[in-house]
Amino acid sequence: MIDVEKIREDFPIYKRFLREGIIYLDNAATTQKPISVINAIVDYYENHNSNVHRGVYRVGEEATDLYNGSRENIANFIKAKPENIVFVRNATEGLNLAASGLVSLLNDGDEILLSRMEHHSNIVPWQIQSTRKNIRLKFIENGPDEQISWKLIEENLTEKTKVVSLTACSNILGTINDLSDVGRHLHNLGIFFVVDGAQSVPHMDVNVNRLQCDLMAFSGHKMLGPAGIGCLYGTEEILDRMPPYMGGGEMIKEVFEDHFTTADIPEKFEAGTPNIEGAIGMSAAVNYLKNIGMDNVREHEHDTISYIFKREDELNMKELVSYGPRNPDIKSAIFTFNIKKKGVNERPYGNEVHPHDISHMADRMEGVELRSGHHCAMPMTVSLGVYATARASFYIYNDHKDVDHLFNSIERIIRRMIVK
Amino acid sequence: MSDDIIYSAIIDEHYQEPRNFGKIENPDEQIMETNPTCGDTIAMYVRINDGRVSDIKYVAKGCLISVAAASILSENVEGKRIEEIETMNKKDVLGNLGLELGPAREKCALLSYDALMKMIRDYKGKSEDRT
Repeated sequence: MIDVEKIREDFPIYKRFLREGIIYLDNAATTQKPISVINAIVDYYENHNSNVHRGVYRVGEEATDLYNGSRENIANFIKAKPENIVFVRNATEGLNLAASGLVSLLNDGDEILLSRMEHHSNIVPWQIQSTRKNIRLKFIENGPDEQISWKLIEENLTEKTKVVSLTACSNILGTINDLSDVGRHLHNLGIFFVVDGAQSVPHMDVNVNRLQCDLMAFSGHKMLGPAGIGCLYGTEEILDRMPPYMGGGEMIKEVFEDHFTTADIPEKFEAGTPNIEGAIGMSAAVNYLKNIGMDNVREHEHDTISYIFKREDELNMKELVSYGPRNPDIKSAIFTFNIKKKGVNERPYGNEVHPHDISHMADRMEGVELRSGHHCAMPMTVSLGVYATARASFYIYNDHKDVDHLFNSIERIIRRMIVK
Repeated sequence: MSDDIIYSAIIDEHYQEPRNFGKIENPDEQIMETNPTCGDTIAMYVRINDGRVSDIKYVAKGCLISVAAASILSENVEGKRIEEIETMNKKDVLGNLGLELGPAREKCALLSYDALMKMIRDYKGKSEDRT
Protein backbone atom coordinates (compact mmCIF):
# COMPACT_ATOMS: atom_id res chain seq x y z
CA MET A 1 0.00 0.00 0.00
CA ILE A 2 0.95 3.62 -0.54
CA ASP A 3 2.17 5.72 2.38
CA VAL A 4 0.36 9.00 1.67
CA GLU A 5 2.15 10.93 4.44
CA LYS A 6 5.52 10.00 2.98
CA ILE A 7 4.44 10.83 -0.55
CA ARG A 8 3.25 14.29 0.50
CA GLU A 9 6.75 15.05 1.75
CA ASP A 10 7.95 14.71 -1.84
CA PHE A 11 5.57 17.45 -3.05
CA PRO A 12 6.69 20.98 -2.10
CA ILE A 13 3.19 22.38 -2.70
CA TYR A 14 1.91 20.22 0.14
CA LYS A 15 3.65 22.54 2.60
CA ARG A 16 1.20 25.23 1.51
CA PHE A 17 -1.74 22.82 1.25
CA LEU A 18 -1.23 21.61 4.82
CA ARG A 19 -0.66 25.12 6.15
CA GLU A 20 -3.82 26.51 4.52
CA GLY A 21 -5.93 23.37 4.73
CA ILE A 22 -6.23 22.99 0.98
CA ILE A 23 -7.54 19.61 -0.20
CA TYR A 24 -6.65 19.40 -3.88
CA LEU A 25 -9.14 17.18 -5.69
CA ASP A 26 -8.73 18.21 -9.33
CA ASN A 27 -6.18 15.62 -10.39
CA ALA A 28 -8.04 14.63 -13.53
CA ALA A 29 -7.35 18.19 -14.71
CA THR A 30 -3.72 18.27 -13.62
CA THR A 31 -1.57 16.75 -10.90
CA GLN A 32 0.95 18.29 -8.51
CA LYS A 33 4.69 17.89 -9.09
CA PRO A 34 7.18 16.06 -6.86
CA ILE A 35 10.51 17.68 -6.02
CA SER A 36 12.35 15.17 -8.22
CA VAL A 37 10.50 16.49 -11.29
CA ILE A 38 11.14 20.11 -10.34
CA ASN A 39 14.82 19.33 -9.68
CA ALA A 40 15.26 17.52 -12.99
CA ILE A 41 14.04 20.62 -14.84
CA VAL A 42 16.17 22.98 -12.75
CA ASP A 43 19.21 20.73 -13.20
CA TYR A 44 18.76 20.79 -16.94
CA TYR A 45 18.65 24.58 -17.03
CA GLU A 46 21.43 25.05 -14.49
CA ASN A 47 23.83 22.49 -15.93
CA HIS A 48 22.98 21.16 -19.37
CA ASN A 49 20.93 23.73 -21.30
CA SER A 50 21.55 23.67 -25.03
CA ASN A 51 19.63 22.71 -28.15
CA VAL A 52 19.33 19.01 -29.01
CA HIS A 53 20.39 17.05 -32.09
CA ARG A 54 22.61 19.90 -33.27
CA GLY A 55 25.73 20.83 -31.37
CA VAL A 56 28.61 18.32 -31.29
CA TYR A 57 30.02 20.18 -28.32
CA ARG A 58 29.94 18.82 -24.76
CA VAL A 59 26.83 20.54 -23.41
CA GLY A 60 24.88 19.94 -26.61
CA GLU A 61 25.64 16.23 -26.41
CA GLU A 62 24.56 16.12 -22.77
CA ALA A 63 21.24 17.78 -23.60
CA THR A 64 20.71 15.36 -26.50
CA ASP A 65 21.49 12.41 -24.24
CA LEU A 66 19.07 13.63 -21.58
CA TYR A 67 16.35 14.21 -24.17
CA ASN A 68 16.81 10.85 -25.90
CA GLY A 69 17.12 9.07 -22.57
CA SER A 70 13.82 10.62 -21.48
CA ARG A 71 12.11 9.30 -24.59
CA GLU A 72 13.50 5.83 -23.95
CA ASN A 73 12.42 5.89 -20.31
CA ILE A 74 8.87 7.01 -21.12
CA ALA A 75 8.65 4.42 -23.93
CA ASN A 76 9.75 1.72 -21.54
CA PHE A 77 7.05 2.81 -19.05
CA ILE A 78 4.33 1.69 -21.48
CA LYS A 79 6.44 -1.20 -22.90
CA ALA A 80 7.19 0.58 -26.17
CA LYS A 81 10.42 1.46 -27.98
CA PRO A 82 11.78 5.02 -28.28
CA GLU A 83 10.89 5.23 -31.97
CA ASN A 84 7.24 4.65 -31.03
CA ILE A 85 7.09 7.82 -28.93
CA VAL A 86 6.38 11.17 -30.60
CA PHE A 87 6.74 14.09 -28.22
CA VAL A 88 3.81 16.51 -28.43
CA ARG A 89 2.42 19.24 -26.16
CA ASN A 90 -0.24 17.10 -24.53
CA ALA A 91 -2.76 14.33 -25.19
CA THR A 92 -4.90 16.83 -27.12
CA GLU A 93 -2.11 17.55 -29.58
CA GLY A 94 -1.42 13.80 -29.79
CA LEU A 95 -5.03 13.15 -30.77
CA ASN A 96 -4.98 15.98 -33.30
CA LEU A 97 -1.89 14.42 -34.85
CA ALA A 98 -3.56 11.00 -34.82
CA ALA A 99 -6.70 12.37 -36.48
CA SER A 100 -4.77 14.31 -39.10
CA GLY A 101 -2.53 11.35 -39.91
CA LEU A 102 -5.20 8.68 -40.03
CA VAL A 103 -7.72 10.69 -42.04
CA SER A 104 -4.99 11.05 -44.69
CA LEU A 105 -5.11 7.25 -44.99
CA LEU A 106 -8.92 7.06 -45.25
CA ASN A 107 -11.22 7.30 -48.25
CA ASP A 108 -14.50 9.05 -48.95
CA GLY A 109 -17.38 7.28 -47.28
CA ASP A 110 -15.29 5.74 -44.47
CA GLU A 111 -16.54 5.90 -40.89
CA ILE A 112 -14.87 6.71 -37.58
CA LEU A 113 -16.37 5.26 -34.39
CA LEU A 114 -16.16 7.17 -31.11
CA SER A 115 -18.11 6.90 -27.86
CA ARG A 116 -20.39 9.22 -25.98
CA MET A 117 -18.01 9.46 -23.01
CA GLU A 118 -15.12 10.95 -25.02
CA HIS A 119 -13.33 14.12 -23.98
CA HIS A 120 -13.70 16.92 -26.54
CA SER A 121 -10.09 16.26 -27.56
CA ASN A 122 -11.16 12.88 -28.90
CA ILE A 123 -14.16 14.33 -30.74
CA VAL A 124 -13.31 17.73 -32.19
CA PRO A 125 -10.04 16.75 -33.96
CA TRP A 126 -11.99 14.03 -35.80
CA GLN A 127 -14.75 16.52 -36.65
CA ILE A 128 -12.19 18.96 -38.03
CA GLN A 129 -10.31 16.33 -40.04
CA SER A 130 -13.41 14.53 -41.31
CA THR A 131 -14.37 17.58 -43.39
CA ARG A 132 -11.26 17.00 -45.56
CA LYS A 133 -12.97 13.96 -46.98
CA ASN A 134 -16.52 12.73 -46.93
CA ILE A 135 -16.07 10.89 -43.64
CA ARG A 136 -18.80 10.13 -41.13
CA LEU A 137 -18.39 10.13 -37.35
CA LYS A 138 -20.46 7.61 -35.43
CA PHE A 139 -20.90 7.42 -31.68
CA ILE A 140 -21.40 4.42 -29.45
CA GLU A 141 -24.45 5.53 -27.49
CA ASN A 142 -23.26 4.11 -24.20
CA GLY A 143 -25.23 4.89 -21.07
CA PRO A 144 -23.58 6.76 -18.18
CA ASP A 145 -23.07 3.58 -16.15
CA GLU A 146 -21.98 1.45 -19.06
CA GLN A 147 -18.44 0.19 -19.54
CA ILE A 148 -17.25 0.03 -23.13
CA SER A 149 -16.06 -3.40 -24.15
CA TRP A 150 -15.58 -5.32 -27.38
CA LYS A 151 -19.22 -6.44 -27.44
CA LEU A 152 -20.50 -2.86 -27.48
CA ILE A 153 -17.94 -1.80 -30.09
CA GLU A 154 -18.75 -4.76 -32.32
CA GLU A 155 -22.45 -3.87 -32.32
CA ASN A 156 -21.57 -0.43 -33.69
CA LEU A 157 -19.14 -1.45 -36.44
CA THR A 158 -20.14 -1.32 -40.07
CA GLU A 159 -18.27 -2.36 -43.17
CA LYS A 160 -17.23 1.25 -43.54
CA THR A 161 -15.68 1.65 -40.07
CA LYS A 162 -11.97 2.33 -40.54
CA VAL A 163 -11.02 3.94 -37.22
CA VAL A 164 -12.15 3.30 -33.65
CA SER A 165 -10.93 5.92 -31.18
CA LEU A 166 -11.82 5.49 -27.51
CA THR A 167 -10.80 6.61 -24.08
CA ALA A 168 -9.29 3.97 -21.83
CA CYS A 169 -10.74 5.79 -18.83
CA SER A 170 -13.42 8.46 -18.78
CA ASN A 171 -12.44 11.83 -17.33
CA ILE A 172 -16.03 12.61 -16.37
CA LEU A 173 -17.39 9.28 -15.14
CA GLY A 174 -14.20 7.49 -14.12
CA THR A 175 -15.26 4.43 -16.10
CA ILE A 176 -12.31 2.16 -16.87
CA ASN A 177 -13.19 0.63 -20.20
CA ASP A 178 -12.44 -2.97 -21.01
CA LEU A 179 -10.21 -2.59 -24.06
CA SER A 180 -8.35 -5.88 -23.50
CA ASP A 181 -9.60 -7.70 -26.60
CA VAL A 182 -10.39 -4.71 -28.73
CA GLY A 183 -7.02 -4.24 -30.42
CA ARG A 184 -6.80 -7.87 -31.49
CA HIS A 185 -10.32 -7.89 -32.94
CA LEU A 186 -9.91 -4.57 -34.75
CA HIS A 187 -6.61 -5.64 -36.30
CA ASN A 188 -8.25 -8.74 -37.69
CA LEU A 189 -10.81 -6.47 -39.32
CA GLY A 190 -8.19 -4.01 -40.62
CA ILE A 191 -9.55 -1.14 -38.50
CA PHE A 192 -7.21 1.40 -36.89
CA PHE A 193 -7.42 1.53 -33.10
CA VAL A 194 -6.67 4.80 -31.29
CA VAL A 195 -6.65 5.12 -27.49
CA ASP A 196 -6.96 8.26 -25.41
CA GLY A 197 -4.70 7.34 -22.51
CA ALA A 198 -4.80 10.70 -20.70
CA GLN A 199 -6.67 9.22 -17.72
CA SER A 200 -5.24 5.68 -17.83
CA VAL A 201 -1.45 6.00 -18.19
CA PRO A 202 -1.14 8.09 -14.97
CA HIS A 203 -3.31 5.74 -12.93
CA MET A 204 -2.68 2.11 -13.91
CA ASP A 205 -0.22 -0.20 -15.60
CA VAL A 206 -0.56 0.34 -19.36
CA ASN A 207 1.14 -2.02 -21.78
CA VAL A 208 0.76 -1.11 -25.45
CA ASN A 209 1.65 -4.65 -26.53
CA ARG A 210 -1.27 -6.05 -24.60
CA LEU A 211 -3.53 -3.19 -25.68
CA GLN A 212 -2.51 -3.67 -29.33
CA CYS A 213 -3.50 -0.14 -30.25
CA ASP A 214 -2.11 1.65 -33.29
CA LEU A 215 -1.91 5.01 -31.55
CA MET A 216 -2.27 6.22 -27.97
CA ALA A 217 -2.05 9.76 -26.62
CA PHE A 218 -1.22 10.84 -23.05
CA SER A 219 -0.15 13.99 -21.19
CA GLY A 220 2.79 14.59 -18.88
CA HIS A 221 1.06 17.06 -16.58
CA LYS A 222 -1.63 14.57 -15.56
CA MET A 223 1.04 12.15 -14.32
CA LEU A 224 3.18 14.38 -12.07
CA GLY A 225 5.17 15.84 -14.98
CA PRO A 226 5.30 19.41 -16.27
CA ALA A 227 2.70 20.99 -18.56
CA GLY A 228 3.43 21.38 -22.26
CA ILE A 229 4.73 17.85 -22.85
CA GLY A 230 2.91 14.70 -23.81
CA CYS A 231 3.27 11.73 -26.10
CA LEU A 232 1.64 10.07 -29.03
CA TYR A 233 2.58 6.42 -29.03
CA GLY A 234 2.36 4.80 -32.47
CA THR A 235 3.40 1.50 -33.97
CA GLU A 236 6.27 1.78 -36.41
CA GLU A 237 3.97 0.73 -39.22
CA ILE A 238 1.38 3.42 -38.61
CA LEU A 239 3.90 6.20 -37.90
CA ASP A 240 5.71 5.33 -41.13
CA ARG A 241 2.48 5.52 -43.10
CA MET A 242 1.19 8.77 -41.57
CA PRO A 243 2.28 11.92 -43.44
CA PRO A 244 4.20 14.60 -41.50
CA TYR A 245 2.08 16.98 -39.44
CA MET A 246 4.09 20.17 -39.22
CA GLY A 247 7.07 21.21 -41.25
CA GLY A 248 10.33 22.81 -40.14
CA GLY A 249 13.66 21.90 -38.66
CA GLU A 250 14.20 18.56 -36.96
CA MET A 251 11.53 16.70 -38.98
CA ILE A 252 13.49 16.59 -42.25
CA LYS A 253 16.37 14.65 -43.75
CA GLU A 254 17.02 16.96 -46.69
CA VAL A 255 15.36 20.09 -48.03
CA PHE A 256 15.53 21.27 -51.65
CA GLU A 257 13.77 24.20 -53.25
CA ASP A 258 11.01 22.02 -54.63
CA HIS A 259 10.71 19.19 -52.09
CA PHE A 260 11.96 17.66 -48.86
CA THR A 261 12.52 14.22 -47.41
CA THR A 262 11.33 13.41 -43.92
CA ALA A 263 13.39 12.32 -40.95
CA ASP A 264 12.82 8.82 -39.60
CA ILE A 265 10.19 8.28 -36.95
CA PRO A 266 9.61 9.72 -34.42
CA GLU A 267 11.46 12.93 -35.40
CA LYS A 268 9.37 13.04 -38.57
CA PHE A 269 6.56 14.49 -36.42
CA GLU A 270 8.65 16.78 -34.24
CA ALA A 271 9.21 20.01 -36.14
CA GLY A 272 11.27 22.70 -34.44
CA THR A 273 13.19 22.78 -31.18
CA PRO A 274 11.32 20.45 -28.85
CA ASN A 275 10.22 20.94 -25.24
CA ILE A 276 13.50 19.55 -23.90
CA GLU A 277 12.97 20.35 -20.23
CA GLY A 278 9.42 19.03 -20.52
CA ALA A 279 10.63 15.65 -21.77
CA ILE A 280 13.23 15.52 -18.99
CA GLY A 281 10.62 16.46 -16.38
CA MET A 282 8.14 13.91 -17.71
CA SER A 283 10.81 11.23 -17.56
CA ALA A 284 11.51 12.14 -13.92
CA ALA A 285 7.77 11.80 -13.27
CA VAL A 286 7.82 8.35 -14.84
CA ASN A 287 10.67 7.40 -12.52
CA TYR A 288 8.67 8.60 -9.54
CA LEU A 289 5.64 6.52 -10.60
CA LYS A 290 7.80 3.46 -11.40
CA ASN A 291 9.27 3.70 -7.94
CA ILE A 292 5.81 3.55 -6.37
CA GLY A 293 4.68 0.89 -8.82
CA MET A 294 1.64 1.34 -11.05
CA ASP A 295 -0.15 -1.61 -9.47
CA ASN A 296 0.18 0.18 -6.12
CA VAL A 297 -1.15 3.40 -7.66
CA ARG A 298 -4.18 1.54 -8.97
CA GLU A 299 -4.69 -0.30 -5.69
CA HIS A 300 -4.62 3.01 -3.81
CA GLU A 301 -7.20 4.52 -6.15
CA HIS A 302 -9.36 1.40 -5.92
CA ASP A 303 -9.25 1.78 -2.16
CA THR A 304 -10.10 5.49 -2.46
CA ILE A 305 -13.14 5.00 -4.70
CA SER A 306 -14.31 2.07 -2.56
CA TYR A 307 -14.16 4.32 0.50
CA ILE A 308 -16.03 7.08 -1.38
CA PHE A 309 -18.85 4.65 -2.26
CA LYS A 310 -18.92 3.36 1.33
CA ARG A 311 -19.23 6.87 2.77
CA GLU A 312 -21.80 7.88 0.19
CA ASP A 313 -23.94 4.85 1.09
CA GLU A 314 -23.55 5.44 4.84
CA LEU A 315 -24.41 9.13 4.66
CA ASN A 316 -27.31 8.48 2.29
CA MET A 317 -27.89 12.15 1.49
CA LYS A 318 -31.07 12.38 -0.52
CA GLU A 319 -29.96 15.56 -2.31
CA LEU A 320 -26.71 14.01 -3.59
CA VAL A 321 -26.77 12.50 -7.08
CA SER A 322 -23.58 10.85 -8.37
CA TYR A 323 -22.78 9.50 -11.82
CA GLY A 324 -20.95 6.61 -13.44
CA PRO A 325 -20.55 2.93 -12.61
CA ARG A 326 -20.72 1.86 -8.95
CA ASN A 327 -18.27 -1.00 -9.25
CA PRO A 328 -14.81 0.07 -7.95
CA ASP A 329 -13.18 -2.56 -10.20
CA ILE A 330 -14.11 -0.56 -13.30
CA LYS A 331 -13.90 2.92 -11.81
CA SER A 332 -10.96 5.24 -11.27
CA ALA A 333 -10.85 7.60 -8.29
CA ILE A 334 -13.19 10.10 -9.95
CA PHE A 335 -16.42 11.09 -8.21
CA THR A 336 -18.80 13.25 -10.23
CA PHE A 337 -21.99 14.55 -8.70
CA ASN A 338 -24.70 17.16 -8.37
CA ILE A 339 -26.72 18.46 -5.45
CA LYS A 340 -30.41 18.60 -6.21
CA LYS A 341 -33.23 20.09 -4.27
CA LYS A 342 -35.63 17.22 -4.27
CA GLY A 343 -39.19 18.27 -3.57
CA VAL A 344 -38.19 21.56 -1.93
CA ASN A 345 -39.99 24.59 -3.40
CA GLU A 346 -38.85 24.12 -6.96
CA ARG A 347 -37.68 27.38 -8.48
CA PRO A 348 -38.56 28.54 -11.96
CA TYR A 349 -34.94 28.20 -13.11
CA GLY A 350 -34.06 24.68 -11.98
CA ASN A 351 -33.85 22.73 -8.79
CA GLU A 352 -30.17 21.94 -8.43
CA VAL A 353 -27.34 23.75 -6.75
CA HIS A 354 -25.23 24.99 -9.61
CA PRO A 355 -21.88 23.14 -9.76
CA HIS A 356 -20.08 26.50 -9.82
CA ASP A 357 -21.64 27.27 -6.47
CA ILE A 358 -20.70 23.80 -5.20
CA SER A 359 -17.10 24.35 -6.24
CA HIS A 360 -16.96 27.89 -4.82
CA MET A 361 -18.50 26.88 -1.50
CA ALA A 362 -16.48 23.66 -1.09
CA ASP A 363 -13.35 25.77 -1.43
CA ARG A 364 -14.43 28.45 1.04
CA MET A 365 -15.99 26.03 3.53
CA GLU A 366 -13.56 23.12 3.65
CA GLY A 367 -10.68 24.07 1.37
CA VAL A 368 -11.83 21.34 -1.00
CA GLU A 369 -10.79 22.11 -4.57
CA LEU A 370 -13.31 20.67 -7.01
CA ARG A 371 -13.86 21.10 -10.70
CA SER A 372 -17.23 22.21 -12.00
CA GLY A 373 -18.63 22.43 -15.50
CA HIS A 374 -18.95 19.98 -18.37
CA HIS A 375 -15.35 18.70 -17.96
CA CYS A 376 -14.77 18.94 -21.71
CA ALA A 377 -17.26 16.13 -22.18
CA MET A 378 -20.44 17.87 -23.31
CA PRO A 379 -22.03 14.89 -25.12
CA MET A 380 -21.88 12.83 -21.90
CA THR A 381 -22.97 15.79 -19.75
CA VAL A 382 -26.00 16.27 -21.98
CA SER A 383 -26.85 12.58 -21.79
CA LEU A 384 -26.74 12.82 -17.99
CA GLY A 385 -29.59 15.29 -18.44
CA VAL A 386 -27.70 18.18 -16.81
CA TYR A 387 -25.68 21.12 -18.07
CA ALA A 388 -22.86 20.77 -15.58
CA THR A 389 -21.56 18.58 -12.76
CA ALA A 390 -19.07 18.87 -9.91
CA ARG A 391 -16.10 16.50 -9.94
CA ALA A 392 -13.61 15.31 -7.33
CA SER A 393 -10.62 13.41 -8.72
CA PHE A 394 -8.06 11.80 -6.44
CA TYR A 395 -4.44 10.70 -6.74
CA ILE A 396 -1.57 9.16 -4.82
CA TYR A 397 -1.31 11.97 -2.25
CA ASN A 398 -5.02 11.91 -1.31
CA ASP A 399 -6.30 9.88 1.61
CA HIS A 400 -9.53 8.95 3.38
CA LYS A 401 -9.49 12.22 5.31
CA ASP A 402 -9.70 14.06 2.00
CA VAL A 403 -12.78 12.00 1.15
CA ASP A 404 -14.25 12.92 4.55
CA HIS A 405 -13.64 16.61 3.83
CA LEU A 406 -15.40 16.23 0.49
CA PHE A 407 -18.49 14.76 2.11
CA ASN A 408 -18.36 17.36 4.90
CA SER A 409 -18.41 20.09 2.29
CA ILE A 410 -21.30 18.42 0.46
CA GLU A 411 -23.26 18.21 3.72
CA ARG A 412 -22.54 21.85 4.53
CA ILE A 413 -23.60 22.97 1.04
CA ILE A 414 -26.86 21.04 1.36
CA ARG A 415 -27.47 22.68 4.76
CA ARG A 416 -26.61 26.10 3.38
CA MET A 417 -28.53 25.89 0.11
CA ILE A 418 -31.39 23.55 0.74
CA VAL A 419 -32.20 23.08 4.39
CA LYS A 420 -32.65 26.70 5.35
CA MET B 1 -14.94 29.80 8.43
CA SER B 2 -18.64 30.55 8.69
CA ASP B 3 -20.94 29.34 5.95
CA ASP B 4 -22.63 32.74 5.83
CA ILE B 5 -19.74 34.79 4.54
CA ILE B 6 -19.51 32.73 1.35
CA TYR B 7 -22.19 34.72 -0.35
CA SER B 8 -23.99 37.72 1.06
CA ALA B 9 -27.53 37.84 2.36
CA ILE B 10 -28.45 40.13 -0.54
CA ILE B 11 -27.27 37.57 -3.09
CA ASP B 12 -29.16 34.87 -1.25
CA GLU B 13 -32.36 36.86 -1.16
CA HIS B 14 -32.26 37.60 -4.87
CA TYR B 15 -31.47 33.97 -5.64
CA GLN B 16 -34.34 32.67 -3.53
CA GLU B 17 -36.79 35.18 -4.99
CA PRO B 18 -35.44 36.67 -8.18
CA ARG B 19 -37.13 39.98 -9.12
CA ASN B 20 -38.63 40.48 -12.57
CA PHE B 21 -38.27 36.78 -13.41
CA GLY B 22 -40.24 35.74 -16.48
CA LYS B 23 -41.03 36.67 -20.05
CA ILE B 24 -42.40 39.74 -21.82
CA GLU B 25 -44.78 39.07 -24.70
CA ASN B 26 -43.91 41.15 -27.77
CA PRO B 27 -40.84 42.84 -26.27
CA ASP B 28 -38.97 45.60 -28.10
CA GLU B 29 -35.80 43.57 -27.76
CA GLN B 30 -34.95 40.04 -26.68
CA ILE B 31 -31.73 38.07 -26.47
CA MET B 32 -30.30 34.73 -25.42
CA GLU B 33 -26.85 34.73 -23.84
CA THR B 34 -24.74 31.72 -22.79
CA ASN B 35 -21.64 31.33 -20.68
CA PRO B 36 -19.70 28.63 -22.53
CA THR B 37 -17.57 27.61 -19.55
CA CYS B 38 -20.50 26.49 -17.42
CA GLY B 39 -23.51 26.44 -19.70
CA ASP B 40 -25.37 29.17 -17.81
CA THR B 41 -28.02 30.75 -19.99
CA ILE B 42 -30.21 33.82 -19.79
CA ALA B 43 -33.06 34.90 -22.00
CA MET B 44 -33.74 38.61 -21.47
CA TYR B 45 -36.56 40.84 -22.68
CA VAL B 46 -37.04 44.61 -22.54
CA ARG B 47 -39.77 47.04 -23.44
CA ILE B 48 -38.62 50.55 -24.17
CA ASN B 49 -40.90 53.62 -24.03
CA ASP B 50 -39.83 57.23 -24.59
CA GLY B 51 -36.16 56.29 -24.28
CA ARG B 52 -36.68 54.48 -20.98
CA VAL B 53 -36.60 50.80 -20.07
CA SER B 54 -40.22 50.54 -18.99
CA ASP B 55 -40.14 46.78 -18.42
CA ILE B 56 -37.40 44.17 -18.12
CA LYS B 57 -37.72 40.44 -17.56
CA TYR B 58 -35.48 37.40 -17.90
CA VAL B 59 -35.44 33.64 -17.60
CA ALA B 60 -32.09 32.62 -16.14
CA LYS B 61 -30.69 29.16 -15.65
CA GLY B 62 -27.50 29.28 -13.71
CA CYS B 63 -25.59 29.64 -10.48
CA LEU B 64 -26.43 31.73 -7.46
CA ILE B 65 -24.32 34.61 -8.67
CA SER B 66 -25.64 34.74 -12.22
CA VAL B 67 -29.29 34.56 -11.11
CA ALA B 68 -28.83 37.12 -8.31
CA ALA B 69 -26.86 39.43 -10.62
CA ALA B 70 -29.66 39.36 -13.19
CA SER B 71 -32.22 40.11 -10.49
CA ILE B 72 -30.25 43.04 -9.06
CA LEU B 73 -29.48 44.41 -12.51
CA SER B 74 -33.14 44.29 -13.51
CA GLU B 75 -34.12 46.29 -10.42
CA ASN B 76 -31.40 48.84 -11.08
CA VAL B 77 -32.28 49.55 -14.70
CA GLU B 78 -36.07 49.47 -14.66
CA GLY B 79 -37.41 52.94 -15.44
CA LYS B 80 -33.98 54.31 -16.30
CA ARG B 81 -33.11 56.19 -19.47
CA ILE B 82 -31.09 54.27 -22.06
CA GLU B 83 -28.33 56.90 -21.98
CA GLU B 84 -28.03 56.43 -18.25
CA ILE B 85 -27.85 52.64 -18.55
CA GLU B 86 -25.15 52.97 -21.18
CA THR B 87 -22.89 54.72 -18.71
CA MET B 88 -22.95 51.70 -16.39
CA ASN B 89 -19.73 49.77 -16.69
CA LYS B 90 -18.73 46.30 -15.53
CA LYS B 91 -17.19 47.69 -12.37
CA ASP B 92 -20.51 49.29 -11.39
CA VAL B 93 -22.33 46.00 -11.89
CA LEU B 94 -19.82 44.03 -9.84
CA GLY B 95 -19.90 46.77 -7.20
CA ASN B 96 -23.67 46.44 -6.87
CA LEU B 97 -23.22 42.77 -5.97
CA GLY B 98 -20.87 43.63 -3.14
CA LEU B 99 -18.70 40.56 -3.74
CA GLU B 100 -15.03 40.01 -4.44
CA LEU B 101 -15.06 37.63 -7.39
CA GLY B 102 -12.32 35.79 -9.21
CA PRO B 103 -12.08 35.95 -13.01
CA ALA B 104 -14.16 32.80 -13.53
CA ARG B 105 -17.02 33.99 -11.35
CA GLU B 106 -17.01 37.50 -12.82
CA LYS B 107 -18.29 35.94 -16.03
CA CYS B 108 -21.28 34.59 -14.07
CA ALA B 109 -21.97 38.01 -12.63
CA LEU B 110 -21.71 39.79 -15.98
CA LEU B 111 -23.78 37.47 -18.14
CA SER B 112 -26.98 39.49 -17.63
CA TYR B 113 -25.14 42.80 -18.06
CA ASP B 114 -23.64 41.65 -21.36
CA ALA B 115 -27.11 40.56 -22.51
CA LEU B 116 -28.67 43.92 -21.60
CA MET B 117 -25.94 45.95 -23.28
CA LYS B 118 -26.26 43.93 -26.49
CA MET B 119 -30.02 44.54 -26.53
CA ILE B 120 -29.53 48.26 -26.07
CA ARG B 121 -26.98 48.36 -28.90
CA ASP B 122 -29.41 46.45 -31.12
CA TYR B 123 -32.28 48.78 -30.18
CA LYS B 124 -30.25 51.89 -30.91
CA GLY B 125 -29.07 50.41 -34.22
CA LYS B 126 -32.70 49.93 -35.27
CA SER B 127 -33.70 53.43 -34.11
CA GLU B 128 -30.93 54.94 -36.21
CA ASP B 129 -32.12 52.93 -39.22
CA ARG B 130 -35.56 54.44 -38.78
CA THR B 131 -34.38 58.05 -38.64
